[in-house]
Amino acid sequence: MKFNSKSKSLLAALAIALLLLPFVTEALLGRGWVRIVDFAMLYIMLALGLNIVVGLAGLLDLGYIAFFAVGAYCYALTGSPHLALAFPMAFPDGVHLSFWIVLPLAALVAGGFGVLLGAPTLRLRGDYLAIVTLGFGEIIRIFLNNLNAPINLTNGPQGIGRIDPVSVASVPLNITQNIFGIALPSVHLYFYLFLACTVLVILVSQRLERSRIGRAWMAIREDEIAAGAMGINTRNLKLLAFAMGAMFGGASGALFAGFQGFVSPESFSLMESIMVLCMVVLGGMGNIAGVILGGVLLAVLPEVLRHGVVPLQQALFGKTVVDPESLRMLLFGGALIVMMLYRPAGLLPSRVRRRELDTDEAAEKV
Amino acid sequence: MEILLQQIINGLVQGSVYALVALGYTMVYGILGLINFAHGEVVMIGAMLALSALTALLGLGAPPALALPLSLVLAMAGCMALGYGIERIAYRPLRHAPRLAPLITAIGLSIVLQNLAMMIWGREYHSFPQLIANTPHNFGGAIINDIQIIIFVMALAIMAGLMVVVHRTRLGRAMRAVAENQHAAQLMGVDINRVISLTFILGSALAAVAGLMVSANYGLAHYYMGFLLGLKAFTAAVLGGIGNLRGAMLGGLLLGLIESLGAGYIGDLTGGFMGSNYQDVFAFFVLIAVLVFRPSGLLGERIAERA
Amino acid sequence: MNHTTPLLQLSSICKQFGGLSALSDVSLHIRRGEIYGLIGPNGAGKTTLFNVITGLYQPGAGEFQFNGARYQACKPHVLAKAGIARTFQNIRLFANLTALENVMIGRHLRTRAGVFGALLRNRATRDEERAITGRARELLRYVGIEKPAQTLAKHLSYGEQRRLEIARALATDPLLLALDEPAAGMNATETASLKTLLQTIRASGITVLLIEHDVKLIMGLCDRVAVLDYGKKIAEGVPEQVRKDPAVIAAYLGQETPRPQAGEGQG
Repeated sequence: MKFNSKSKSLLAALAIALLLLPFVTEALLGRGWVRIVDFAMLYIMLALGLNIVVGLAGLLDLGYIAFFAVGAYCYALTGSPHLALAFPMAFPDGVHLSFWIVLPLAALVAGGFGVLLGAPTLRLRGDYLAIVTLGFGEIIRIFLNNLNAPINLTNGPQGIGRIDPVSVASVPLNITQNIFGIALPSVHLYFYLFLACTVLVILVSQRLERSRIGRAWMAIREDEIAAGAMGINTRNLKLLAFAMGAMFGGASGALFAGFQGFVSPESFSLMESIMVLCMVVLGGMGNIAGVILGGVLLAVLPEVLRHGVVPLQQALFGKTVVDPESLRMLLFGGALIVMMLYRPAGLLPSRVRRRELDTDEAAEKV
Repeated sequence: MEILLQQIINGLVQGSVYALVALGYTMVYGILGLINFAHGEVVMIGAMLALSALTALLGLGAPPALALPLSLVLAMAGCMALGYGIERIAYRPLRHAPRLAPLITAIGLSIVLQNLAMMIWGREYHSFPQLIANTPHNFGGAIINDIQIIIFVMALAIMAGLMVVVHRTRLGRAMRAVAENQHAAQLMGVDINRVISLTFILGSALAAVAGLMVSANYGLAHYYMGFLLGLKAFTAAVLGGIGNLRGAMLGGLLLGLIESLGAGYIGDLTGGFMGSNYQDVFAFFVLIAVLVFRPSGLLGERIAERA
Repeated sequence: MNHTTPLLQLSSICKQFGGLSALSDVSLHIRRGEIYGLIGPNGAGKTTLFNVITGLYQPGAGEFQFNGARYQACKPHVLAKAGIARTFQNIRLFANLTALENVMIGRHLRTRAGVFGALLRNRATRDEERAITGRARELLRYVGIEKPAQTLAKHLSYGEQRRLEIARALATDPLLLALDEPAAGMNATETASLKTLLQTIRASGITVLLIEHDVKLIMGLCDRVAVLDYGKKIAEGVPEQVRKDPAVIAAYLGQETPRPQAGEGQG
């Protein structure tokens, strides 16, 4: 990529703004909101992962959160005292692997589940994948809820707690750290970790999109038959997209477990999958900047609803008529419908379109 | 032995309900080549409407023998309108859009329906009023009660009726023609839009009946009941061969049996590792197994990779 | 050029759809370097034959040899790799990608970069990308549409779309270029320049198989022609000879020049 000086200074300004974001947020809205921003970053990572599957390759994955769950439980099991309950002889204190070892493992395990699920369905029509992933999302939850007996693997609905925090260079991120004389509370530390990860994910997405593989995915999305006739092994490439997406999900899940210190099945409901899908659709499938915008909007929305709609209803009716949670879901569902009907390309016009508009203008000037 | 018989009876009753819902999936798929993701929610709305109507009618002092059919009719009317609306909103404007688009709108619609239902009827389980004596009958050591008998017989009768409609009426002929080749059917003077609308309406009417049956069978209704039920009914449709009406019926009954027998014996099979709380996972593994080994289903034609 | 073994040899290909026999016992061969025409009334089975040799349909019976290897039931991408590239009767471009990207996708087959290459963007990958872009631009120029390289395929004119499909097919480095009604919907000028393009392509050593309704184009361009009717080959030979064949005249039922735009169904 080449930047001219204007976009370079713009990028620098953006970087500084992002670095200051936790402090500004804390000063203006309080520390609780920094935590919300952290979660927003996690969701953006998830949405970018799903974007590879849905946006680039055109495969509808309705159980994406299941891969997030797989990743989260990978770290929950290998980074907490929990396994001591199931295997007291083997692991008297539980397993406490380093987060940085588990992260790639979590991605691989989630990717493995992706292959298991994708292999039978990807040779069929796209809607089969949609429904199988939908089912998988639900099945994972059933297993997580029930694998507490006879061997307590997942601790059932109670979930697994006391998960080790993420440490960077042996500095644990769960307590306030003094770095260069600046006191950084845990939520700030995690913010920078997630920021780094998100930038990495954006870079990876962008490079994939503008590569031979990315073009093949888009070809499959546009016309699978024509893609096959051009020599693209559609089945393998679809499987690759699906597995890559799952890996992103798994890695984000491990981060989530480390950040939260606690996982339970209820964090991985169908509604979470729909929310991530909504982010991708709202921003414009296949468009990275759009997906980020969608992620920010939708991750902050529930908080806005909670802090805005509830008091508003209280003031108007004296009670809460519509709880923010179902209002949020109504908005998600409505957004999916409205976007598909009226603005299928998403809120932000995509790269190609913009480029095309540019060249059209240039052509007119000549 | 009695346990086996009991599981078979329970499986067949539950399976007949799956079959009714599966028919809705399969009819729409046959005609549009699309999975109607919102169909499970139509079943749920049907159950909720029927339950509300029933409670209201009983409250007005109507005799159960009148209230039950009347509330069923009301639920069917509501669901038929809903089915029509789903087609008009989610499918018709996107008939020539990329395949992903109608899938996403249908998902959006089912989320909206689910949450509207939650706002209207709340998060709690609604119990189905005790209307008839529901006498249990001893049947070779197994128990079968009146409601189960009514459900099973009614489901079979409705399926037979549907077959008559599809194979003996003008509408049925038009439906089959559209399923075969939309373009050709249009040239022959079939009003495609009308046929597609009617297919959704018919499927939704079946869904309403199924909704009432499920809530009567379990004695409960809940805003979230449509999701898993829809998933299972879809599995039933795929098992039988999606797009094939007889397949949906066969698939429904089979899936009911598999689930019931599986839940009954999974403890023994896994040495106590898994219990009946895994009942809901069978449908999923059946779905995967069918897709791996026979994606066309038991009675279906080859549909793999048809674009 | 080796003219002794044919490039493509079909042996008794049959294909049925339900009770309908779309192809019955079709045998023919295409020599290296020739332009081979396939004509016949609507529904004669021409597109079905295309779909069989490009792997979209599996033949019910029979097999074919291409470039010395046998094929019976193959995936489209395998046949593309073997060197058969095609265009589609009802244009199938990647509508929301640019013209350039469409042709770049055609290079997929002959390039190698994988996920790691994409992520690391190492020297080899960058060089390959540059080569892909260069070749794609070259091909756009070759078919005469270098100007709208950055335009989305769906916004190109009809004639440009047809040419883009040819460029995309050429990008796969084919031995055999199979064109399904490339002149459909074109006016006389466009058809004339298409004819020149096809002659240039043949001159570069690529064998061309052509389905066409425009009999004048076929007769003026093809070295040999086969006629299909109701799924059977009823005539084959040089254009002059085929034109006079009574079976062919009967098949067309006096329709001296079938309408060029006439669309064809699944057959």
